[in-house]
Amino acid sequence: MASGFSRTQVEAVAALANLELSDSEIELFAKQLAEILEYATQVQNIDTTGVPPTASVVTRHSADRPDVVAGSLDRPDALANAPDASLQAGLFKVPRVIG
Amino acid sequence: MSGVGTIRDVRDDVQNGTRKATDVCEQVLAQISARDPKLHAFNTVMHERALACAAAVDRHPQRATLPLAGVPVALKDNLCTRGVRTTASSKILETFVPPFDATVVKHLEAAGAVIVGKTNCDEFAMGSSTENSAFGVTRNPWALDRIPGGSSGGSAVAVAADMVPLALGSDTGGSIRQPAALCGIVGLKPTYGRVSRYGLLAFASSLDQIGPLTQTVGDAALALSVIAGVDPADATSAPERVPDYATALKGDRRTLTIGVPRALVEEGVDPEVAGAFKAALETLREAGAKLVDIVLPYAGAAIPVYYLVATAEASSNLARYDGVRYGYRATLPARATTQGGMHDDLRAMYGRTRAEGFGVEVKRRIMLGTYVLSAGYYDAYYLKAQQVRTLIRQDYERAFEHVDVVAMPTSPTPAFKLGERVSDPLQMYLADVFTVSANLAGLPAVSVPCGFTTANLPIGLQLTGRMFDEATLLAAADTYERHTEWWKRHPTL
Repeated sequence: MASGFSRTQVEAVAALANLELSDSEIELFAKQLAEILEYATQVQNIDTTGVPPTASVVTRHSADRPDVVAGSLDRPDALANAPDASLQAGLFKVPRVIG
Repeated sequence: MSGVGTIRDVRDDVQNGTRKATDVCEQVLAQISARDPKLHAFNTVMHERALACAAAVDRHPQRATLPLAGVPVALKDNLCTRGVRTTASSKILETFVPPFDATVVKHLEAAGAVIVGKTNCDEFAMGSSTENSAFGVTRNPWALDRIPGGSSGGSAVAVAADMVPLALGSDTGGSIRQPAALCGIVGLKPTYGRVSRYGLLAFASSLDQIGPLTQTVGDAALALSVIAGVDPADATSAPERVPDYATALKGDRRTLTIGVPRALVEEGVDPEVAGAFKAALETLREAGAKLVDIVLPYAGAAIPVYYLVATAEASSNLARYDGVRYGYRATLPARATTQGGMHDDLRAMYGRTRAEGFGVEVKRRIMLGTYVLSAGYYDAYYLKAQQVRTLIRQDYERAFEHVDVVAMPTSPTPAFKLGERVSDPLQMYLADVFTVSANLAGLPAVSVPCGFTTANLPIGLQLTGRMFDEATLLAAADTYERHTEWWKRHPTL
């Protein structure tokens, strides 16, 4: 796989990532992703039989806490950075989705 | 050099009234105005807010007890500051003004520190040279045609060029330690969970950690004591007790055992870096440390593991930048027809916004991360990388049964020339060969100045410690610092 990356494959990944790419970017990434993944094949050659994966190094969680109501962001503050929002309605706006 | 001195100098003077926080702040702002046009360490300088904050410190009734009284601080521009633009050096966040402060910002201000500005970095902390910024490069104060390292390059330069005594950075694969090494200062990445990440714009959440860049190890200890601790707003922050790290440096020193992974550090290292590293080990031995050869069999695979894990997490974290709730939104021409359905307009807005808002390195990493997480490739790349990550952790666990800290060079080369590696991402990634394993294993690690090349470029020594044992790590680094004078050198500007 890693030895070659087609334009179609790059375009499929870009669609998953919600990323519009120019023609030159598609060509560049086809080459570079192949090179990087080729380099990463050294990981695939390591014997990991029976080795559990590490997703996080956290061993003691501090997530448990009393369920107490606390303040949160005010609606105007939450909307203040939106490129398009209705402050009166208190809503973010996106291009029309339903006809 | 006409800086304000170390954190300790400023803190002591402001606490006992020898200097006013306002005077220190004005001197720092003048120094930034004089030096930053050449270096571009800062994206934003907060003149008014800094002076108001300094004045408040001068009026503070308990000024004499504030642990960072009047200490000017620069923050990497991926740390949220309420009411002050926070960009992560990305076009997509060029106008983003956070409605809240990062937890570290609250800790700093409560301790009497004065935040003076936001520093340049690689976009979303992705890079090793600070060249991937949407707002231009930062220059190394030791050689203006060279990179300062990255991604916290602006923070390193702000301290190295005597503009501020303290800067905070973030370190996902070496982004505090490598620029500290390349700029001749101290950079500390604490244990994962030691410092709250709340308000840090996320890159790779299982690896990111905030830490200080300072002139001395003692200063790093002072800063860490202020920013460390559990935080209800970050579920991964650790409940472990926070010791007074500055006190930990003063106590009786038991004999340190230092592990040296010979096989790892003898390959692909610049000869002058290798020479400085060898001399640093000799200095530590003369200072009473015991040197032991160790093996880290899987550390050689750390770079590919890192670039699979970090990009996977990044592709997920950066999905939030879609032009809806904050940041840049692309303007699309109105469609003449509804062919394809309205839904396509929304998809096009997402795709175009991200195309115009992100730089090429960020796009490359989103693409790689999306690919390794996608159906059919997840097991072969992402899961496999997580398994090797376990083996790398176990390497260190075994080593720490016999040694207190592990020594390596921080970077295999001194600062390279601007532009030298921008077109070769793989070559750029190799700059992180000695730093990424501490992130994968969650361990604390520090870079301290350990020499200069014949071209007068700084070289860094990296020490890595046990989880949550920053006290021993800093004591080892402090021991080295006490027996050397590299840290006293300042660039001529």
